[in-house]
Amino acid sequence: MEHRSHIYGVVAEFPTQHELIHAVEKTREAGYRRIEAYTPFPVEGLSEALALKRNNVPLITLIGGLTGGLGGFFFQYWVCVLAYPLNIGGRPLNSWPAFIPVTFELTVLGAALSAVFGMLALNGLPRPHHPLFNVQRFVKHATSDRFFLCIEARDPKFNLSESARFLQGLHAAHVIEVEDD
Amino acid sequence: MSTRPPYDAADLEQVSPVLEPGYTFTSVTDKISSIVLTRPTSLGWVVGFTLTFGLVMILTVSLAWLIIKGVGIWGINVPIGWGFAIVNFVWWIGIGHAGTLISAILFLLNQKWRTSINRFAEAMTLFAVACAGLFPLIHTGRPWMAYYMFPYPSTMKLWPQFRSPLIWDVFAVSTYGTVSLLFWFVGLIPDLATLRDRAITKPKQIIYGMLALGWRGSARHWHRYQSAYLLLAGLATPLVLSVHTVVSFDFAVAIVPGWHTTIFPPYFVAGAIYSGFAMVLTIAIPLRKAYDLEDFITMRHLENMAMVMLATGLIVAYGYFFEYFMSIYSGNKFDLYLTKMRFHGPYSHFYYALILCNILTPQLLWFRKARTSVPLLFVMSLVVNLGMWLERFVIVVISLTRDFMPSAWGRYSATAWDYATFAGTIGLFVMLLFLFVRVMPAISIAEMRELVAETSEEHE
Repeated sequence: MEHRSHIYGVVAEFPTQHELIHAVEKTREAGYRRIEAYTPFPVEGLSEALALKRNNVPLITLIGGLTGGLGGFFFQYWVCVLAYPLNIGGRPLNSWPAFIPVTFELTVLGAALSAVFGMLALNGLPRPHHPLFNVQRFVKHATSDRFFLCIEARDPKFNLSESARFLQGLHAAHVIEVEDD
Repeated sequence: MSTRPPYDAADLEQVSPVLEPGYTFTSVTDKISSIVLTRPTSLGWVVGFTLTFGLVMILTVSLAWLIIKGVGIWGINVPIGWGFAIVNFVWWIGIGHAGTLISAILFLLNQKWRTSINRFAEAMTLFAVACAGLFPLIHTGRPWMAYYMFPYPSTMKLWPQFRSPLIWDVFAVSTYGTVSLLFWFVGLIPDLATLRDRAITKPKQIIYGMLALGWRGSARHWHRYQSAYLLLAGLATPLVLSVHTVVSFDFAVAIVPGWHTTIFPPYFVAGAIYSGFAMVLTIAIPLRKAYDLEDFITMRHLENMAMVMLATGLIVAYGYFFEYFMSIYSGNKFDLYLTKMRFHGPYSHFYYALILCNILTPQLLWFRKARTSVPLLFVMSLVVNLGMWLERFVIVVISLTRDFMPSAWGRYSATAWDYATFAGTIGLFVMLLFLFVRVMPAISIAEMRELVAETSEEHE
């Protein structure tokens, strides 16, 4: 037990996405909560199996879009009405219909930038290294053709030998312990 | 003409699949990543790259001479101030519309056939936008002062005129370029991780590793990634429609005969999609041949793109007809005169060539034989590209040479520098594509795996 702090968790490899989903369901039924699945493409039904809640990317995007749009419009208002008013034939300074194209573009720009950078920030990326990259089979297969399930050491139920045996019981092709460095 | 319903069983058999059967996660990954990682550089690639690199050298010489001498080296003069630079700008930005259309709109419409063509179509968009952005920049005459177009707190307390379509253009094109880049890069992240993990040499591992941002395919990451990707698609869809709308405002807001029409925004957008799909075909056909990707970019893709071309081509034809009809119906003598100049003026041969390229030739696509003949499609895509370039030439040049007063009439002919600059941007575009297929996966590997998963479930 004393080298438990050097262990990140234990990872199991499955050949198909169906076996992975099945394993995720069984693992959650067994009471494990700090688990994570790794797949080479987004697998339908996996988020539900892991009981993932709705994420905050849409909210961040909405805030970014509103900031871009309102900021864009009132910036143009400030320029055209307050900072640099140009009287052209007595036309209104706040000619808001003419501000719409730029307002629209800045709404989209603000929303798109916050969607991408919000997603990366919530995902904790960029992150150059991760304990799972210590596992040779994970590096070789996780981003191409195999499906992985990791029970992390910070799970209160985690016990290296027991958890590994549990994963073996789910017909995993390989069960490998992950060292934390 | 057959009387059978369009989709009975016999017909469905004829439709080729979006992915030839027999592929696994491993084999799609190997096949696409090997183009970048292990395949030796072919002689054809070296020859193509060298030729296009030569054109880029012509571009740099043209730009250097332009900066030394000024825009007087081009054929523009009063009254034709726009000339090739704006023709090429509109042409390139139009081509740049197909990538985001394929990625965003077809994604929202859940069209599976977009999967194997979206990546290089997005790359094509980026390179086309780069070529497009160059033209207004150099057309300013003093490109080093182009930052004047952006709002920044200057010591002269001067601000841009936000009521001008030319400023809208700056925002539309720069937003479009940025969002297209984000969309492309987000799509690339999982594939960059694949390349990082499969690369054998250290420099490749480091470069792809940095670009992949540490992606490891975690389910929580995918969960947020899919939200972000869907939102980007939803944002890019109105954006792509807005960009060419704003470009058409450059014309439609002016009072010049032939420009001042409300049909311009929709017909510019349709024309943009038309030329964009033509360019995707121009690229897809040699690409699938050179890298043996016929199993991934199947006849189904080529046929669907041909159908999109036919449909948008008909919208464009409708636009031409209504331009003509409205000038007669309005009874405005300047508009009527402009229409007469299109048919009988000094540039009428361009107008007839445009009708031939954009309206008559694509009617062949009604026939399945034409849609499934690869060489014919390739030729047709080039014809449409040419036709769309002629369209912009007709719009810019005929209107400007026949303004309201005969004293303001003129003629325009391009100089060798105009042609050299244009050829140079084509070289730049193709050269960037040559580089792209060698350093990035030209087809989205992660999405192909998804397609493999879906199609294998259908067969079970």
